[in-house]
Amino acid sequence: MVTSTTTPKSGEPPMMTGSGALLKSLEILGITDVFGLPGGAIMPFYDELMSQTTIRHILVRHEQGAGHAAEGYALAKGQVGVCIATSGPGATNLVTAIADAHMDSIPMIAITGQVFSTLMGTDAFQEVDIVGITMPITKHSFLVTKAEDIPATVAAAYHIATTGRPGPVLIDVTKDCQQGSAPFIWPDKVDLQGYKPVQKAHGKQVQAAAEMIAQAERPIFYIGGGAIRANSHKELQEIVEAVGAPAITTLTARGVLSDKHPQNLGMPGMHGSVPAVLGLQESDLLIVLGARFDDRVTGKVSEFAPGAKVIHVDIDPAEIGKIREADVPIVGDVREVILDLLPEWKKVKKTAKPLTAWWERLESLRASFPLGFDDLDDGLLAPQGIIQKIGQMSGPEAIYAAGVGQHQMWAAQYIEYERPGAWLNSGGAGTMGFAVPAAMGAKIAQPDRVVWAIDGDGCFQMTNQELATCVINDIPIKVAIINNSSLGMVRQWQTLFYDGRHSFTDLQPLDGPEFIPDFVKLAEAYGCLGIRVRTEDEIEPAIKLALETNDRPVVIDFIVSREAMVWPMVPQGVGNSNVQYAREHAPSWDEE
Amino acid sequence: MTQHVLSLLVEDKPGLLTRVAGLFARRGYNIHSLAVGTTEVDGLSRITLVIDVADSPLEQVTKQLNKLINVLKIVELEPGQSVQREHMLVKVRIDQNTRSQILEAVNLFRARVVDVAPDSLVIEVTGDTQKIEALLKVLDPFGIKEIAQSGLLAMGRGSKSISERIFKNQ
Repeated sequence: MVTSTTTPKSGEPPMMTGSGALLKSLEILGITDVFGLPGGAIMPFYDELMSQTTIRHILVRHEQGAGHAAEGYALAKGQVGVCIATSGPGATNLVTAIADAHMDSIPMIAITGQVFSTLMGTDAFQEVDIVGITMPITKHSFLVTKAEDIPATVAAAYHIATTGRPGPVLIDVTKDCQQGSAPFIWPDKVDLQGYKPVQKAHGKQVQAAAEMIAQAERPIFYIGGGAIRANSHKELQEIVEAVGAPAITTLTARGVLSDKHPQNLGMPGMHGSVPAVLGLQESDLLIVLGARFDDRVTGKVSEFAPGAKVIHVDIDPAEIGKIREADVPIVGDVREVILDLLPEWKKVKKTAKPLTAWWERLESLRASFPLGFDDLDDGLLAPQGIIQKIGQMSGPEAIYAAGVGQHQMWAAQYIEYERPGAWLNSGGAGTMGFAVPAAMGAKIAQPDRVVWAIDGDGCFQMTNQELATCVINDIPIKVAIINNSSLGMVRQWQTLFYDGRHSFTDLQPLDGPEFIPDFVKLAEAYGCLGIRVRTEDEIEPAIKLALETNDRPVVIDFIVSREAMVWPMVPQGVGNSNVQYAREHAPSWDEE
Repeated sequence: MTQHVLSLLVEDKPGLLTRVAGLFARRGYNIHSLAVGTTEVDGLSRITLVIDVADSPLEQVTKQLNKLINVLKIVELEPGQSVQREHMLVKVRIDQNTRSQILEAVNLFRARVVDVAPDSLVIEVTGDTQKIEALLKVLDPFGIKEIAQSGLLAMGRGSKSISERIFKNQ
């Protein structure tokens, strides 16, 4: 069944197997890289994959790795990522990555094999209802049982995944569908009656937004990941500069407005900078672009930015008014809305209130509460300085993927991002183990860029098997393990909120052998370059060596103190005005 | 909490009901009743939902429902501008003494007897929620053995149809 196309009679569409049609459809869509792992129910498709060269297939070690790699690929390239798994456990191993893509609106197509349609519902070998399982975590899902339905389904899946608010779409293909044959008919255009995302906003609303901005005394741009999805960084910078107001970029938006930009106050939220957190709190107008008032940003919602009106721009109407009522709701693509807002702003600019007092307040916050960290009592390395150094030595053109936890927050804080697509992380879902496979996907998408996985030792142990994939497929990523021998973020909460009772967060027994496992030996076992760093003077040479080594992946095991904590911090469940700059150190702020 | 009646025009696809019901379950919205059936258009079904929500969550409900690809249209049907009916089968215990009283109630409510046994009757009734509740209240003292009730069905008054605008746009 290697040849799937039979010679067509003149004018008639070629006959193809379902699996051939699936491959052909991906080719037509311009897919060049996919990540997956075969199994019984997807074998016909894998047989096709082997017989072609336009699509590069990366064989992963675990399907979750395929899913995160597809996400990393999508984030680094700004295009859809594709992952493939077989039925049953293959499909369920994708679930975490699908949920992750759903939370962060990442365009992804997940293709899963399914048992023969005649066996479905009989508890057949490796049968699970993956369409049912993923319903709440996909933008949409399809079950295909007939070969003739493949082209239109794949075209629709691509359309849904990549337009509007992007997201993951699952295509579950039965084995008999892959084996069956049908004429291959590619749809001229995709027209889905129940799916018409709004791109262009209502003109009157945009006008009202411009007028509201002109009236504001303390406006602030609250920029979310949607600004990156809308590919709006140029227009965004233009409107931010035209208005002259401060801006904050959320965890998923880091880099869409350069951290070097004088109007950027940094990241808001639970571990945001003090100027960003209090900038939002004290504002009288939030100009929200592609953000969704996540609880990690707002803290206690009823106390979030209490004096502010809200202009909320989002392509997903359901986000507007979900958490916070909008005074000016605008449904539309962030870039399109900014393009419409720029001329409207010009019209009202003369009437705008001066922002001098506002900026004085913010500059004083900036001066009083710069980002910083202290050395630690135990003499071990401070993790923040290591991450900062990696950022400085690798520069803004590099890509940084993180896992989830303390190292993620430090990587968000201490690396300066100057372009969209430089910072990849798991925001909404908070998926530990994201970094290594996401970095792998990003390196495939952007082979000429330096790609770092900034990882924790807890995260690293969840997905490091993909280093084998990296070595075998010549994907020389660099991994910095911020090794504090513990589940650091949970440990930090235990220190602060559970009386220092560190329940099951130490990953290394304090009285046992030093390293279980030894990450340097593990790296070497995979065929990576492994480096251990324990002292200050080893940091720079190790990073330098990592940057110079491009014939294989590099793993640096940075042994750091487990006592380091992420600051500033807003404790959960309280208003953001209670932000603490360091432990028991809260800045004062003007309450109005 | 107020009750709202939503009419959904949906594509008749496998798993559609799971998508709708799952959305309600995971977002914590409470479904009071649900009725599904075919429509005048091939491949389209209509779901009539009665939900208990305040007005502002209702907006979220409809927005979230709109995100389901297979949901084509959602209309809220206000009681004043729509016809709303429920259908019920009720099995009542009878004996020599109660038979005539029950039959009288059946006539008063314009209900119908659809099955007769020596010691029971099955009564069919159609009407709005209040009428159904009132009949049940009358029958209750005689001994209700079983109830099967449809979800609410509703349709806007006047000549417009729910599928009209969708197909005009094509």
